[in-house]
Amino acid sequence: MRIELTINGDRREADVWAGESLLTTLRDRLELPGSKNACEQGECGSCSVLLDGELVCACLVLAAQAHGHEVVTVEGLADDGELHAVQEAFADTGAVQCGFCTPGFVVAAAGLLRRVPDPTDDEIREALSGNLCRCTGYQKILDAVHLAAGR
Amino acid sequence: MSTATRSLRRGRTAASTRRADAVPKVTGEFAYSSDLHAAGMLWGRTVRSPYAHARIVAIDVSEAAALPGVHAVLTYEDVPGQKTYGLEFADQPVLASDRVRYFGEPVAIVAADEPEQARRAAAAVSVEYELLEAVTDPERATEMEPLHPDRPTMGHGYRDDLRPNVVRAMLIRRGDPDAPGDVTVEGVYGIGQQDQAFLGPESGIAIPDGEGGVDIHVATQWLHVDRDQVAPCLDLDPEQVRIHLAGVGGAFGGREDLSMQVHAAMLALRTGRPVKIVYDREESFVGHIHRHPARIWAEHRATREGKLVAVRMRILVDGGAYASSSTAVISNACSFAPGPYAVDNVMIEGHAVYTNNPPCGAMRGFGAVQTCFAAEAQMDKLAAALDIDPVELRLLNALEPGGTLATGQVVTGSLPTRDVIRRAAALPIPEPEELPRDAIRLPGGSGNTTRGEGVRRGVGFAVGFKNICYSEGFDDFCAARVVLAGDGSAEVHCAAAEVGQGVSDVILQVARLELGTDDVELASGSTAQVGSAGSASASRMTWMAAGAVQTACRAAVEERERTGGAVDVERSYRHPRTFPLDPETGQITEGQAHVALAVAAMRVVVEVDVELGLTRVVWIGTAQDVGKALSRTAVEGQIEGGTAQGLGLALMEEIQTRDGAITNASFTDYLIPTFLDMPPVVSELIEDPEPDAPYGLKGVGEPPTVVSTAAIVAALRDA
Repeated sequence: MRIELTINGDRREADVWAGESLLTTLRDRLELPGSKNACEQGECGSCSVLLDGELVCACLVLAAQAHGHEVVTVEGLADDGELHAVQEAFADTGAVQCGFCTPGFVVAAAGLLRRVPDPTDDEIREALSGNLCRCTGYQKILDAVHLAAGR
Repeated sequence: MSTATRSLRRGRTAASTRRADAVPKVTGEFAYSSDLHAAGMLWGRTVRSPYAHARIVAIDVSEAAALPGVHAVLTYEDVPGQKTYGLEFADQPVLASDRVRYFGEPVAIVAADEPEQARRAAAAVSVEYELLEAVTDPERATEMEPLHPDRPTMGHGYRDDLRPNVVRAMLIRRGDPDAPGDVTVEGVYGIGQQDQAFLGPESGIAIPDGEGGVDIHVATQWLHVDRDQVAPCLDLDPEQVRIHLAGVGGAFGGREDLSMQVHAAMLALRTGRPVKIVYDREESFVGHIHRHPARIWAEHRATREGKLVAVRMRILVDGGAYASSSTAVISNACSFAPGPYAVDNVMIEGHAVYTNNPPCGAMRGFGAVQTCFAAEAQMDKLAAALDIDPVELRLLNALEPGGTLATGQVVTGSLPTRDVIRRAAALPIPEPEELPRDAIRLPGGSGNTTRGEGVRRGVGFAVGFKNICYSEGFDDFCAARVVLAGDGSAEVHCAAAEVGQGVSDVILQVARLELGTDDVELASGSTAQVGSAGSASASRMTWMAAGAVQTACRAAVEERERTGGAVDVERSYRHPRTFPLDPETGQITEGQAHVALAVAAMRVVVEVDVELGLTRVVWIGTAQDVGKALSRTAVEGQIEGGTAQGLGLALMEEIQTRDGAITNASFTDYLIPTFLDMPPVVSELIEDPEPDAPYGLKGVGEPPTVVSTAAIVAALRDA
């Protein structure tokens, strides 16, 4: 089936099969591999994207459900080459190691700061508890979100 | 093919603490092994055994091969060369022939146009099995039928133990292990099987070169050891197999062994097309080795004043179906079993055994995690029996330079055990929090299981140590190549695997320092460009890569001064030599068995809901011996992340099996720590330069994982 949607501000079309996830469409059909596939069960948050401004796991959304909607992926966070404040902060605090979880964290943190501009430690921990990181122990990610909020 | 951003330039300014790969990683541009594409590419898929132990009666691929989009279905008969491989012993079939020895063992491989077609074809391969009794209890393994009757680990200088299914038997005997103490404590300890659970699944792409050879782009920890295992299986010369490092989504030991490398290459060579294989999470859980589960019996004897008199331990680790690095893991487990304490009388018996459980091999901490857990519990028991403060007991027995390890090796390098103990013990712990409080600050979290009733606080302390670099006579080296252009710019080649730890930045930092220029570029790692770097393992990569790049840069500068022109030099760096242990006594022979040691101490505060058994780790403070920190941010990142993995093992993580089959192969059922599970970690870096290491540095990745499981469980016991 053919779907039309807005991704990172651009009108895009794709031929998908009925059971295909938005994640597969993004990664394998639309050349947007920034969203990562690490569990395909909505447990790890590596595929986090914003769907009409709401944080979702792209692996749990059917591509067909995104028809006519607006999607923002990690590739769309930077504005005309200028990194999003969350991206700058992740780079500056050492919140990136292997980086596989980073796109999901960056999107989820950007979504959080849109709702809560100056979150507490507990608010950050709770809001990002759906994103798994195996490298950092989360501390420097906490620092990054605070730094981005402060900026 | 898309390999954007694989060539790294330094950060924006010399003073920047940004990793060279930070920007591509935060924008999503960084190409991981699962992101690669090539024109005309096929998708590969692996057919795996549903049984832990079975005889293969027949394999019928005809139905699968006839499905639409399918280009190849291959079995063991199609393996062009050597039918088995292995990191140290080639005991693992590329594809099973007559029998399968573990749940998920590869039996056939397929390639098709689309991933879904490959999945269907894999499901259509018909394998007839005859079930065999599975060896699942490691304590009974030596009484069961041998899983490897040809005993692949025999004849390598290990202690003889002719019982079935022994991978390696160890005995470390020093002094008089029967020496009596005033106080004796005993304990039996069990450690579960942990998964590395890196987020980036096993994946890569194999591209035939049209001349019989193949290029493999893969996430791995050691490019050259992959090549040296892959090439014989393909019946190719090593030069015909070029391994290139693709973006690695975490490793932690789980990428030391091969996964899809030979399979993708076989399919690519058969079809003449690039073949990509990406494991899903379930396949990742069964498709790589795990941390050895262990059972440990321990007896500690001490004087009334608290001085250790004798330590006796028996250690059994379950290696699972194939050897992988079990022989080195059991050696490490035994060598560091007493912990960083001076004790003259020691007897450590260790066995690694084959079973039909999931294969085990390298994971961060590598044997030392298991024995640290037992030994530190013993130290706490001893402190209680003697009514001595647990920290004081550890200080009283601390092993320092000039002291002797269980293997008879005298510590000559840096080992600031007392300093790390004192500094960790001095870290102020937070006051108990008032009630009522938000549920997420209570055990059970947002499950709202308590408002504070039944919650007790506990404080624990532990010390752990392990070796840095490879040991026991292994020829451990790292190559680096430096190309100086006429314009003063430099290109560095090193096959050190950037697995997230930041070795790329170490290489750039050292090259800039040694060459005196900021205009340095690091080429992407490839066996085609430079010699072996050895493995990103054993807390060795920073040391070895720094040594190699330093050596090659100095040679390049000398060469330029001599010739005045462009320069292209390659040099190999070796750390001081080590020697094997005596197989009968476990004592050193011609010289040291380990190059260097690193020690960490940790203090932990927990809260436990004693009615429900739910826990919350409130705070962790640690002091770690780091030699010399090249980057404070990177070192803290290793400490915080390594601690999280130890927390996982202590509280959450264990591979579950039924008849050898993994029953929790998903992030729904195998839980790793989330943001809410990890407390703040306060790190003190103790800098006591290692005399034999470049810049005095030490590897820092493993000590936090070694010590944290023991420290967290100590806090639970205290609660």
